[in-house]
Amino acid sequence: MSATLTPAAHDTVPKLLLRNAVAHAGRPAMREKALGIWQSWTWAEVKDQIRDLAVGLYVLGLKRGETIAIIGDNRPRLYWTFTAAQSIGAIPVPVYQDSVADEMAYVLAHAEVTFAVVENQEQVDKVLSIADRVPTLRHIVYDDPRGLQKYDRTRLNAYEEVQKIGRDELAGNTRTEEWWRSEIALGKGADVSVMLYTSGTTGKPKGVMLTQDNIVRSAENANLFDRFTTDDTMIAYLPMAWVGDHIFTYGQGYTGALCVSCPESPETVIEDRREIGPSYFFAPPRVFENMLTQMTVRMQDAGRVKKGMFDYFMGVARRAGEKVLNGQPVGVKDRLLYRLGDVLVYGPLRNRMGFSNLRVAYTAGEAIGPELFSFFRSLGINLKQLYGQTEASVFITLQPDGEVFPETVGKPGPGVEIRIADDGEVHFKSPGVFLKYFKNDEATAATKTPDGWVRTGDAGFVDQRGHLQIIDRAKDVGRLNSGALFAPKYLENRIKFFPEIREAVAFGHGRDYVTMFINIDLTSVGNWAERNNVIYASYQELAAHPDVYAMIERRVDELNLALSKEPRMAASQIARFLVLHKELDADDGELTRTLKVRRPFIADRYAQLITALYDGSRDCHLKTEVVFEDGRKGTIEGHMKIVDMKTYPGGAAPAPVKEAAE
Amino acid sequence: MKADVDKVVAPGISVECKGGDVLLAVENVSLSFGGVKAIRDVSFDIREGEIRAIIGPNGAGKTSMLNVINGFYHPQQGTITYKGAKRQAMRPYVAASSGIARTFQNVALFKGMSTLQNIMTGRTLKMRKGILAQALYWGAAKNEEIRHREVVEGIIDFLEIQHIRKTPVGKLPYGLQKRVELGRALATEPELLLLDEPMAGMNLEEKQDMSRFVIDVNEQLGTTIALIEHDMAVVMDLSDRVVVLDYGQKIADGTPEVVQKDQNVIDAYLGVAH
Repeated sequence: MSATLTPAAHDTVPKLLLRNAVAHAGRPAMREKALGIWQSWTWAEVKDQIRDLAVGLYVLGLKRGETIAIIGDNRPRLYWTFTAAQSIGAIPVPVYQDSVADEMAYVLAHAEVTFAVVENQEQVDKVLSIADRVPTLRHIVYDDPRGLQKYDRTRLNAYEEVQKIGRDELAGNTRTEEWWRSEIALGKGADVSVMLYTSGTTGKPKGVMLTQDNIVRSAENANLFDRFTTDDTMIAYLPMAWVGDHIFTYGQGYTGALCVSCPESPETVIEDRREIGPSYFFAPPRVFENMLTQMTVRMQDAGRVKKGMFDYFMGVARRAGEKVLNGQPVGVKDRLLYRLGDVLVYGPLRNRMGFSNLRVAYTAGEAIGPELFSFFRSLGINLKQLYGQTEASVFITLQPDGEVFPETVGKPGPGVEIRIADDGEVHFKSPGVFLKYFKNDEATAATKTPDGWVRTGDAGFVDQRGHLQIIDRAKDVGRLNSGALFAPKYLENRIKFFPEIREAVAFGHGRDYVTMFINIDLTSVGNWAERNNVIYASYQELAAHPDVYAMIERRVDELNLALSKEPRMAASQIARFLVLHKELDADDGELTRTLKVRRPFIADRYAQLITALYDGSRDCHLKTEVVFEDGRKGTIEGHMKIVDMKTYPGGAAPAPVKEAAE
Repeated sequence: MKADVDKVVAPGISVECKGGDVLLAVENVSLSFGGVKAIRDVSFDIREGEIRAIIGPNGAGKTSMLNVINGFYHPQQGTITYKGAKRQAMRPYVAASSGIARTFQNVALFKGMSTLQNIMTGRTLKMRKGILAQALYWGAAKNEEIRHREVVEGIIDFLEIQHIRKTPVGKLPYGLQKRVELGRALATEPELLLLDEPMAGMNLEEKQDMSRFVIDVNEQLGTTIALIEHDMAVVMDLSDRVVVLDYGQKIADGTPEVVQKDQNVIDAYLGVAH
């Protein structure tokens, strides 16, 4: 059966659960790979699982309006916890599972959670270690019992035990099920359904309160936009604490009655994706970058015939691939060659990536490099961009099929209005607009305008086709001393397209020229090192290798040449760069949990290096403190070389003072 | 010197340990290769459910001791009592089928086979069907294989190596190979597990992972473990009792706290003027 469903009567996720348990009773709702075999649960089974858990949690003391933390990888039981909590009026607060104890303590305390449902011993230990800082916390429930036999049980229960408490209660009193259904009926669209903490590039995380209406209506709109049916499937692998996962797998899963599959472990995602063959896929650009890097590495290791075939047909794909996907006219020869390439190269590549059944893929979270984007589209993968944020329940703009332009993020989604403020900032209104920030009215007032618009914090413009184009974070966009526009993220994204470069941070606001920190990609450069007999023991050693420097220098030079041809960016050619001695890491506070660069923090932490980039030094020595996941601290010391680059005429780039060129 | 040793080994010290009955007792064992005396008159026991560490400087006879226990070497003198049965020499396959499994100092896996296949080999002793039935993969043989696969998948889950299930082990980093080897040993469902330097050559994180697996095996599967290890921090954290060998002789035996403070042990490790 495939059908799109009407809203109205089902304004909350628990109500949708009851609907699906009847309308789609026998269809799979969730799958999980366990002991090497895919297990599945139908909607009817999922309903029973959630009911038992909800009653159990209620018996243990979870009350309407209280918050409950959910911490762990994408496991069906944790997803059910969301619905179980919502069904009795509690508010789930998913937390990034790799948060260090301090970050977790802040979120749990700020959200005033009373319960925590966690995946395993690692998370139990973490929560126990911060329990004294979360006075409201009464109870911890864990999914995987391994290693927890000897723990003090007074505040600790296994997931099964909670469900058993629920089942016993249901068996003992025939009216319990009726009571549970009446609790669900009490829920309204205006209720807070979930609190998502934004990882915030500055300051402490903020708790974004989304209502049931926000989630259900945004998800329904998205299902309509791409015409999803109950036959569509997806794989849940992104952090549950991220709004993307919450809307895509949770919201769209429930509203569209789609089947969601959970991988066996975070390391097996690629293999599991191949086995499931999702029709709907969502990933931040980083995931696509990694795929491309791995593919490039593999092709470099491949035999000559394979490599030749790959190179030739990738040429064909670059010429014709996107046009074929967009339904534009293509010459007969290219069309035939593309067909042949599809059988010989593109098809197998798509299969390798688990995209054989893919109908729609989205990327968002950060701008994607146009080359990277086109690469995937030219393989026949319907990759599209969308632009959104937590405060919008994801969707602001999406690229409709047939209107995909790499430089834009698409048109406003169903029910969304956008406007560009005088300072260039993008504002929006939509059914997904968040209620408010939890216990932070000041931030709410700063984000929501009095006339009902939400400030995105991003600078952009709407082009003639009605598509939105994002330049950068509004607060990050700056000017060089010459007055030329400086958009750091734009430059970083461009350089990151090269497989050897994993992360970059550009500087230039209020300066004479642009400089950059670069992180090499260990997979790609490591593979190169292996092939070229370059011996290294650590990231640091490899990063400082002269040959690696030379390789990065060539890449920066390529970027400069490309930038010189873009009128708005010609002034932003990279004048000097250095390769950092350590990888930027969320554990050290340099990236957010969604792996965005935290500029102010980096500028502060590496002030010494930035000074060196602008005072003409040829090298710099630095000692950095690093934090391990368990909270212990260590130091990394490094000696970094600074490279001067040639810039190309084209823009009004003032040539930097060149001290002893390399 | 002898007197000091007796003080440490004095009965009573290990009474508080969690170990139950004696599972394996080594009595007055001596082993020599030609003129080289690898083990000289060593006695100690391993109790059910404990983690027993065997430590000592290089060449102290630790690996020889493990080889004696699992029947690979035959001591010239002394006896070994395992589960009440006394013996002087035993063949390795008898040791394996009576519940003793081990891992090796230098990983000894089938490099061209996958993780799954390597761990499956650990089930060989438990396979009942003939080679022909297995080759045909039909009826009872098929059911048997499925049952064994289930056990092996349980081990893969236990050791968190799902992502390398189908990877040839030769391609794996060393730390993971060690884990696969532990998996193969576990597949025999041992009562006594001998680990020869399970953390050698690992970085801190890998050591922590491996330590956790050793503890989990001990606590959750109830397996008795005897391990050789050089990393003192690991030994002191993991083990219930420690026996210290030096030049083939036992120089100390007791809880980690006791052994750590023993003068003979300190001398053996730091060196002392003779």
